[in-house]
Amino acid sequence: MKNLVIETIAISKIYEGVVPVKAVDAVDLQIEDNEFTAIVGPSGSGKTTLLNMIGGLDRPTSGSVKVNGRDLTGLSENQLIDFRLNHIGFVFQSYNLIPVLNAKENTEFIMLLQNIEKKVRDERVEKLLNEVGLGDKMKSKPSQLSGGQQQRVAVARALASKPDFVLADEPTANLDSHSTSNLLDIMARLNEEEGTTFVFSTHDQRVIDRAKRVITLVDGKIESDIRK
Amino acid sequence: MILKLAWRNLWRNKRRTAITLASVFFAVILATLMMSIKYGVYKNMTESMVASYTGFVQIHANGYWESKSIDDAFVLSDSLKDIINSNPKVTGMVERIEGFVLSATDSTTKGAMVVGTDPKAEMLMTQMNERVIEGEYLDGADNAVMLGQGLADYHHISVGDTLVLLGQGYHGTNAAGKYPIKGIVKFGSPELSKQLVILPIEQAKIFFGTEGSITNLVVLMDDASDATSLAKSIGAEVDERYEVMAWPELVPDLVNMIEADKVEGYVFMFILYMVISFGMFGTVLMMLAERKHEFGVMVAIGMKRSKLAAVVFFETIIISVIGAFLGILGAFPVCASLYYNPIPFGGEEAGQMMEDYGMEPVIQTSIEPHVFLDQAMIVALVAMIIAIYPFLSILKINANKAMRS
Repeated sequence: MKNLVIETIAISKIYEGVVPVKAVDAVDLQIEDNEFTAIVGPSGSGKTTLLNMIGGLDRPTSGSVKVNGRDLTGLSENQLIDFRLNHIGFVFQSYNLIPVLNAKENTEFIMLLQNIEKKVRDERVEKLLNEVGLGDKMKSKPSQLSGGQQQRVAVARALASKPDFVLADEPTANLDSHSTSNLLDIMARLNEEEGTTFVFSTHDQRVIDRAKRVITLVDGKIESDIRK
Repeated sequence: MILKLAWRNLWRNKRRTAITLASVFFAVILATLMMSIKYGVYKNMTESMVASYTGFVQIHANGYWESKSIDDAFVLSDSLKDIINSNPKVTGMVERIEGFVLSATDSTTKGAMVVGTDPKAEMLMTQMNERVIEGEYLDGADNAVMLGQGLADYHHISVGDTLVLLGQGYHGTNAAGKYPIKGIVKFGSPELSKQLVILPIEQAKIFFGTEGSITNLVVLMDDASDATSLAKSIGAEVDERYEVMAWPELVPDLVNMIEADKVEGYVFMFILYMVISFGMFGTVLMMLAERKHEFGVMVAIGMKRSKLAAVVFFETIIISVIGAFLGILGAFPVCASLYYNPIPFGGEEAGQMMEDYGMEPVIQTSIEPHVFLDQAMIVALVAMIIAIYPFLSILKINANKAMRS
């Protein structure tokens, strides 16, 4: 029986304003170990908000989010930061590498925050960058890498902390088709071989085609949940 | 990691860093030069006034400085001499008898202060012989006087003329004498110049009838800044019959003048550093705005906000310390050059004015370490104050909101 990694129980998010906007509306969701899940839907459907709440970056207005059984809604801001550091890997749409650090240092950064010893860090960084095909770009700064290469470093960084799962918010949105295909190959391989759980938000058909499970959101509600 | 990130972040925007560095650099150069000149002037004033006459430390019978009465004279005992001579900071001492009298010629009278002193010791300690502008320096055996230039001018008398001194001697005796003028002395301080009459100490003892007592024992040393601690250490060893005073107590007017001038310098420095601070603060605000998204990402992936705040804090500190260091490095050769090669004060009137205030008419700087270290500490303090805002801002940062910025 597979382990339930993510569980949302009737989570909603309402953005207050002159006209309150319900971005996510009572979503119940379970994601298990080793899943390769895409959350899809049109712009404004609530994909990013749902991902942010799962990742502890945003708090639901109601309902709860559990990661490996731990309820995130009761954690303080600092506890959430620690939780994200040790349990969740993030890949962002615009790569968001630290510009002053090279590929090796960017990948190593999370492990430094975790106070992992240097020998272990070095070995893991080398392995991860080799896995994403950038073993020869360790010393390159983000400005010296293409968009696709930067996103692959971001994937390596996300995996460096050995997270429970990786959240990727539109990871291919800024990539050309070759880089997209390359990145998807890497993530699929990591999912197959290493058992890494990936949850994407996307409206890129190429990503949707590769996903093993596709959850469609419309107006903040799950419209369909298809396992391939 | 924090320092590495801070250091590298500084060089992301080289032009902005260079401009900030330059502003700190020039502020520190300007402030250091200003304070170096001021402290040089203070030293000049102190040495002119203190080393040339007052001495760094004086010992009197208890209460003499308040009464200034010849009746409060004391006998210099061997035990007191031993206490003073055993102190390693002491380089010498001069015995004096001071008393106020009426000086008179056939047509003029004026209040004066008679200083009975050992001409030889005075020559070694205060180089009074170098201040003789007319006639000759006194010999211990002379029965003659030297006058301050101002007093001689007042009486319209010169070398070879006679001066009559009338006053009250020890325990109510009459003090009266008639002395030939052997020399005219020029003192830096106009006050001294207008009232001093120098008499060999043995003649002064006879004149005042002190029966071997003296009123002042002037203690000399190499470094004026040690005077207060020397006075304290001697004061701790002597009994209550004596008072031991350092030069700041002996010439409070000079101290007050220096303190007032320092305040003026501090006001100028405050304005200068305020201007620089706002410039630096603007840079920090710009940097915060530009990197808000990045800060959000770093917190999102698990960097503690306190660590991130420390990175930005160190960025501000590092840039300030480098700027201050370069500023001090730039200012030191100029200060050192002016210290070893003082510039004569241009203009006769300005030079005369400085002389009237008891100073050598030169611009000389100070190269004491505190002149430079003070600036480094001020810049570090300013940097720390400036760094508080980004530090607090980052401590409150919300990763999600910051990433959306």
